[in-house]
Amino acid sequence: MTQQGVRWSADQVLSLAPDAASRKAGSKLGAAGPWSEAGCSDEGAVWGLCKGSGGRPYQTVVDLAGGAGPAYKCSCPSRKFPCKHALGLLLLWTGDDGAVPSGQAPDWAGPWLAARGERTARKRSEGAADPASGSADPRAALRRAERRAERITAGVTELEQRLADLLRGGLAPAEQAGYGLWEETAARMVDAQAPGLAGRVRELGAVPSSGPGWPVRLLEECALLHLLGQGWLGRERLPEGLSATVRSRVGLPVSAEGPAVRDRWLVLAQYDTADARLTTRRIWLHGAGSGRTALLLSYGAAGRAPELALPVGQALEAEVSSHPGAGQPRAVLGERFASPAPTRIRPPGVTTAQAAARYGAALRDDPWLESVPVTLREVVPVPDGESWQLADATSDATSDATSDSALPLTRAARTRPGLWRLVALSGGAPVTVFGECGHRGFTPLTAWPRGEEKMVTLC
Amino acid sequence: MIRNSTPPEAPATGAWEELVTTALLGTDRRTPPAGAPGRAAPVALLDAAAVQTVRRRAGLRPAPAARRPEPAPKDPRPPLPAAAGRRLAMLLADRPGTAGGRRGTAPDLMELLPQWLAAANAHGYAPPPEALPALLDAARGRTDLRPAALAFGGPRARWLAGLNPDWRFALRAAPGAAAAPAGSEDAGRVRRLWEEGLFAERVALLASIRSRTPAAARELLSGSWATERAEDRLMFLDSLRTGLSPDDEAFLEEALADRSRNVRSTAAELLSALPGSALASRMSGRARSCVAVDHTRGTPTLVVEAPHECDSAMERDGIVPKAPAGRGERSWWLGQLVEAAPLATWPGRLGGRTPREIVALPVADGWQGELHAAWCRAAVRQRDAQWARALLGPSAASDAGGPGAVSLAERAKLLGTLDAAERADWVAGFIAAHGLPEAFQLLGVCAVPWAAPLGRAVVDALNIARDAGSYPWSFSGVMGLAERCLDPAEASRLDGLLAVPDEAEDASPGAGGYWAEAFQRLVTTLRLRSAMAGELEAARAG
Repeated sequence: MTQQGVRWSADQVLSLAPDAASRKAGSKLGAAGPWSEAGCSDEGAVWGLCKGSGGRPYQTVVDLAGGAGPAYKCSCPSRKFPCKHALGLLLLWTGDDGAVPSGQAPDWAGPWLAARGERTARKRSEGAADPASGSADPRAALRRAERRAERITAGVTELEQRLADLLRGGLAPAEQAGYGLWEETAARMVDAQAPGLAGRVRELGAVPSSGPGWPVRLLEECALLHLLGQGWLGRERLPEGLSATVRSRVGLPVSAEGPAVRDRWLVLAQYDTADARLTTRRIWLHGAGSGRTALLLSYGAAGRAPELALPVGQALEAEVSSHPGAGQPRAVLGERFASPAPTRIRPPGVTTAQAAARYGAALRDDPWLESVPVTLREVVPVPDGESWQLADATSDATSDATSDSALPLTRAARTRPGLWRLVALSGGAPVTVFGECGHRGFTPLTAWPRGEEKMVTLC
Repeated sequence: MIRNSTPPEAPATGAWEELVTTALLGTDRRTPPAGAPGRAAPVALLDAAAVQTVRRRAGLRPAPAARRPEPAPKDPRPPLPAAAGRRLAMLLADRPGTAGGRRGTAPDLMELLPQWLAAANAHGYAPPPEALPALLDAARGRTDLRPAALAFGGPRARWLAGLNPDWRFALRAAPGAAAAPAGSEDAGRVRRLWEEGLFAERVALLASIRSRTPAAARELLSGSWATERAEDRLMFLDSLRTGLSPDDEAFLEEALADRSRNVRSTAAELLSALPGSALASRMSGRARSCVAVDHTRGTPTLVVEAPHECDSAMERDGIVPKAPAGRGERSWWLGQLVEAAPLATWPGRLGGRTPREIVALPVADGWQGELHAAWCRAAVRQRDAQWARALLGPSAASDAGGPGAVSLAERAKLLGTLDAAERADWVAGFIAAHGLPEAFQLLGVCAVPWAAPLGRAVVDALNIARDAGSYPWSFSGVMGLAERCLDPAEASRLDGLLAVPDEAEDASPGAGGYWAEAFQRLVTTLRLRSAMAGELEAARAG
């Protein structure tokens, strides 16, 4: 539940923004100017009319109560979620200068708030009364699962054939072949209901145009795809953890079935990647009590921000359940017990050598893993020719022989503006950096300077 | 990433290269290393490659560290309060021109950045390091922001600029500031920099010394004066404007004999700004002989007898003999004489009259424009508020031909000699009488935030313009100024203007809505500025 009656800080509100543009637009609206009839209730609802450029003002309502986090409704045409009006309204509310007085919800806001309240209550009672709700007919579900497995097996067999054909003729012509070959194969994998395979195959198509060294990368990716296919065909003989990893890598839907872990979760990083179809948001959490690092994924249709947004640098009390598969960081957020609040929790850091070793060890459970989440302690960003690296700070080199070693930054990280924020933050001095460490290098996502509380996002 | 672990993998590396070669050529052309029995060659190759790929990745180790950069110098200033830091990030994130077309109700954040930087610099805060990249990017795009942005950026901004060629301007921007030594113990360094420095460094050095000890700067300059190039002499001489005093007269008198005409006229101009100088009294003598009161007419009237020639003595004192095209020689000389003569000349010469009485006198034979314009220039040069006041006339004066017959540009300059409150009052009166169309230039010389009467006059005038049915963008210049300059405390006064008024019959279509929008933006911007100022103040208390 939300802390009712407690006004949020401007930081908390801004952390809900789906992107920087919304944050900016919302802040501009966080002043009394365009607002009228604003009000709030003790139950945690806030509403107001915002004058836009058109004739009719937008009706904006936010419901902060409820275990699933804030909900928003606005009559504006924006596809952002929450929209700038919702953010502006909440900022006005945080200002606490009488612009948003307590009161009764007006006619245009009341029904929606009431309906939400009922739904939350119903969910709660249903959840308690009927834990076994779900599939109606377990036998039918089993039959469906078997049919799907057969289709995937057929797809994998076909894919193996194609890979073998490719290597019989050699990779060299692949540079000219272009995307067509791979697109068609990817489409076959979609038909085979193996979206995981389809995604990997599609990425193969981009490798030959990815610059020097592409044959090595193409061979690696082909080999890993082959390994995944073999893993699927032999999944009965694999240990349970690895078998679950294979199933999820192939693209079978998995539900978070691990036990719900209640903890104080520090939000380490949040960033979006987008392709033509989908916006994917990754949120990294660190559990204060469990010491676990968890990855939350949420999705939005193309051009639309995913719904889940958590404030980087703050901690929330919540339940998190992990996905099946050995060493999988992926998890889902369950009930939240309190809104995010500032925190001093920090994950313990490791050296660059330990980070590389951690990635190596994680491959045992998941050989397809691109990177692992790692916090590097006391590293300095160092220019290295065209690129940059994060080097262990020598200042506290005790007897560690590897203390003069460094992790190069990934190509993606080098071109982001976050790189310069990191360099500026460091000023040549050691900083702690959280990021993803893998075979391509290190991608910094968040950093904090030595002895300081503030976290700075780099993504 | 990184390098593979070496000793046990040495053969493996070779095996991997072998696999890559085979894969490139195809197993039809090249047999892969022996795989498991019964596996087809391509599958055996994929098996082996999978093992090698995972093995290579699992065996990765960090690379050797490159040479670390020198740490950034310490910034002794106190850190920016957190809320102000967020505000800065917001201001820097605003890219101008994203909205396009009509400006809507949202404030123009980029326009507030200069004000924010000035306030933060006045408080003496250090920037949050992570904001520096965006700050440098902003300063890169807008040269007018650079001085304030780099001052705020401080030593770490310069350090950062050293690592990114895009920001190289930050290293060039302030060579003098970095080079100018603070104490007298650095006399040797000063001397060396003055003798060996680049021109820009020497100008900056001279300006910096002049601002602290004017005499030392003059001595430095006179020491090498004879050997400097003419263009350089001009620039150096110009730096004496700062802290100009009678002590400089002897040096300037010498410069009157300079080979370069531009140097001569600059020296003359500087001397004429010293009312007690010998040049000023020579000019006074010449000017007196040109202007007199004629009592033979009905009312006392000024009569002008312009000089008949420009002799060599006049030329030596900086009078330019050749008139520009389209101007009479004699009036050209007269203008220069009167401009350079001390204004104190006139009450004595013209029957003990005050400046206001003198300006009010009729002038015979159409000389008024020439004479008053020259007095305006003299009042600005000599920073004489009494004369400026007289020449400006009452702000509400409606007759264009009266004592106010000076151009807007001249008025703006005259206003500059008055103190801030008087300036604001005068402009407020002007706006009340004449409205906004001509006020833009005058508003530009008023202190920010605008004094209350001035702010009220501007808002009233905007309100009148709205009632008259015109469109707000006819006043977008003044609107923009008001957003930046109006005192945020005035915001609540504007609440009554935010509503969309009923459309009057004769009003332009839709104008009411646009005005409401423009006032909304004004109010929102004022509240933002008030919040900005509050955030910068906040930490002082805490």
